[in-house]
Amino acid sequence: MSFLWAVFKGIFSVTFVQKAITQGIPLLFGATGEIVTEKSGNLNLGTPGIMYMGAIGGLAGAFLYETGTEAPNGLIGILCAILGSLLFSLAGALIYSVLTVTLRANQNVTGLALTTFGVGLGNFLGGSFSKITGTAGQITVYTTGQTFRTRIPFLSDHLGIVGDLLFSYGFLTYLAIVIALLASWFLTRTRIGLNLRAVGENAAAADAASINVTRYKYLATCIGGMISGLGGLYFVMEYLGGTWQNNGFGDRGWLAVALVIFALWKPARAIWGSILFGGLYILFAYVPLSQSMQEIFKMLPYVVTILVLVISSLRNKKENQPPAGLGLPYFREER
Amino acid sequence: MAAPKQKEPFVRIVKRDSISLGKSVAIRIAAILLSLAFCAVLIYSITHSNPVQVYRSMMDGAIGTGRRTWNTLRDTMILLVTALAITPAFKMRFWNIGAEGQILVGGIATAAVMRYCGNSMPTLLLFALMILVSLAAGLIWGLIPAIFKARWNTNETLFTLMMNYIAIQLTSFFSIAWEAKKGSGNIGTINQKTQAGWISTSFLPDIFGNFNYSINVFIVLTLTVLMFIYLQYTKHGYEIAVVGQSENTARYAGINVKKVILRTMALSGAICGFAGFLLVSGSSHTISTSTAGGRGFTAIIVSWLAKFNPFVMILISFFLVFMGNGATQIASEFQLNESASEVITGIILFFILGSEFFTNYRLIFGKHRKEANE
Repeated sequence: MSFLWAVFKGIFSVTFVQKAITQGIPLLFGATGEIVTEKSGNLNLGTPGIMYMGAIGGLAGAFLYETGTEAPNGLIGILCAILGSLLFSLAGALIYSVLTVTLRANQNVTGLALTTFGVGLGNFLGGSFSKITGTAGQITVYTTGQTFRTRIPFLSDHLGIVGDLLFSYGFLTYLAIVIALLASWFLTRTRIGLNLRAVGENAAAADAASINVTRYKYLATCIGGMISGLGGLYFVMEYLGGTWQNNGFGDRGWLAVALVIFALWKPARAIWGSILFGGLYILFAYVPLSQSMQEIFKMLPYVVTILVLVISSLRNKKENQPPAGLGLPYFREER
Repeated sequence: MAAPKQKEPFVRIVKRDSISLGKSVAIRIAAILLSLAFCAVLIYSITHSNPVQVYRSMMDGAIGTGRRTWNTLRDTMILLVTALAITPAFKMRFWNIGAEGQILVGGIATAAVMRYCGNSMPTLLLFALMILVSLAAGLIWGLIPAIFKARWNTNETLFTLMMNYIAIQLTSFFSIAWEAKKGSGNIGTINQKTQAGWISTSFLPDIFGNFNYSINVFIVLTLTVLMFIYLQYTKHGYEIAVVGQSENTARYAGINVKKVILRTMALSGAICGFAGFLLVSGSSHTISTSTAGGRGFTAIIVSWLAKFNPFVMILISFFLVFMGNGATQIASEFQLNESASEVITGIILFFILGSEFFTNYRLIFGKHRKEANE
């Protein structure tokens, strides 16, 4: 009993929820981007790589700005970081789209190659960027990092526990939720969103209805990639405070892919799913177990994902399935 | 009669009926050369040194000394055996991207036998047991997603992917449970003193030098030939090809699709487990979460690019490992991060993947078509 009590006391604390949200937000960005991409029928397994690219792109953008000016301004730093992040993740998504859509390469193979490349690029630049640009030391952007971490003024420290739970995060956290809600609205309530889903379900039928399949696939993959990349940016800026850690982002990119399955391809579900995943990701630290057993505990998010995958295939409900054309190539002449 | 004027598309894409071997090889070589040229520009812009010089030091890093050559061969063999392992599943259009996990559980099983039986068993029995348990572990890991795929059509790409991370955590668990020094979190070299359960690295020293991985090379090359025969000349291989082409055709022809899926994934997982055995017993003599090191993913690309031909896989694996080890060398020479090798591997893969298009399709520019019609 005392065991359970200890766990409960740990979980029902403000810091646990805060940490779960902090861990969950990168996953939410990644998953929202991947959902938008997958709705076009592109299974982009390059997302983990794109998230690394978004991370290093943002860091590089802010770094170039901060080393170039005497007294860096945090807000301009944020702009440079976001711009760099979007550019890098767009580049990654473009590589994927050109190869799979225009050059008709296999999606899974291309995605895995992109992950190899993106993770490598992130770690390579993260470790060597200051050497390449001729400045000494670690690639760190203190001012920008701190500005990213700025909490909502007033609300975060005058509302007691509510303020701590809801308003104690940097703006990217709220941006992640807004983007997920927007994506949800876009996919279910707009004509373009419905067209996009048609492309992912049955590209031939969409093509027959004069939807430009190629354009939809390109746009969905690129926009999705840029959203995913922001997850990497969140990690280096708000989580690490504006610096690089070799392989620091770890396997979170794959966890974001897992979250897509867990959320059953619904961005709104991914919001609470991401917090749940974030909680499962750190739960081990709150369980009084030996160090080795904690490692077993870290399996939880993946086991839960498999369970969701299995259960949704068992129940076989139409609205809970992956897009029917997911991973399948579409070439008009080969119908 | 004047036909209504239609806009000629600038270029049209036509699927090739067939392509001569020479032409397809030429396209691939062109892609590789282009990628090397691209990398050269990139390397030059970062290091500002002569790219030819840089490629020379890459060669030096990969095959400069006897030791480095053997290391490159060893890594090639591990990548090759993993690619061989996933090929049958792949040919069946079963996306086994769980090789990483299957390698790890095979490695854990091998390490367990080395630890607990290493010093109390005759060598022959020890090796038989290690191979057996590594095969079994990989087989089970591969079979779990296959069962769900065969019964309920559960998406195997995502399922096998998740199984990787469960295996990684399992490895992490054993790394701590068996840690060499308390708190270190790693196992250290197993049987350092007795070398029990290690594949000998001094096999036929007169021919291969005092330090060699020739046994690994022999085993994997034998497997390559066997896999070629299995896929090309056996009934199993034929069934795999039919299921891969069209499940409905297979069913119509009286092939038990479920059985083929289960059998093929069992084989695929078991060989991945064997790759884990080769890694633990034949090279690293320890196991950690980075033992598989992304090979499970790279192997998929190798198998795909080789069009499932085991002999072509030898070339591709060697090339990728060569470039990777070479890039690691230049990275350390210029004090850059060693992930340079992944960046270069990635770029080369993009070029080769892109070149596939030109082996499958031909481009016809607007003009040519008009001439053809007249």
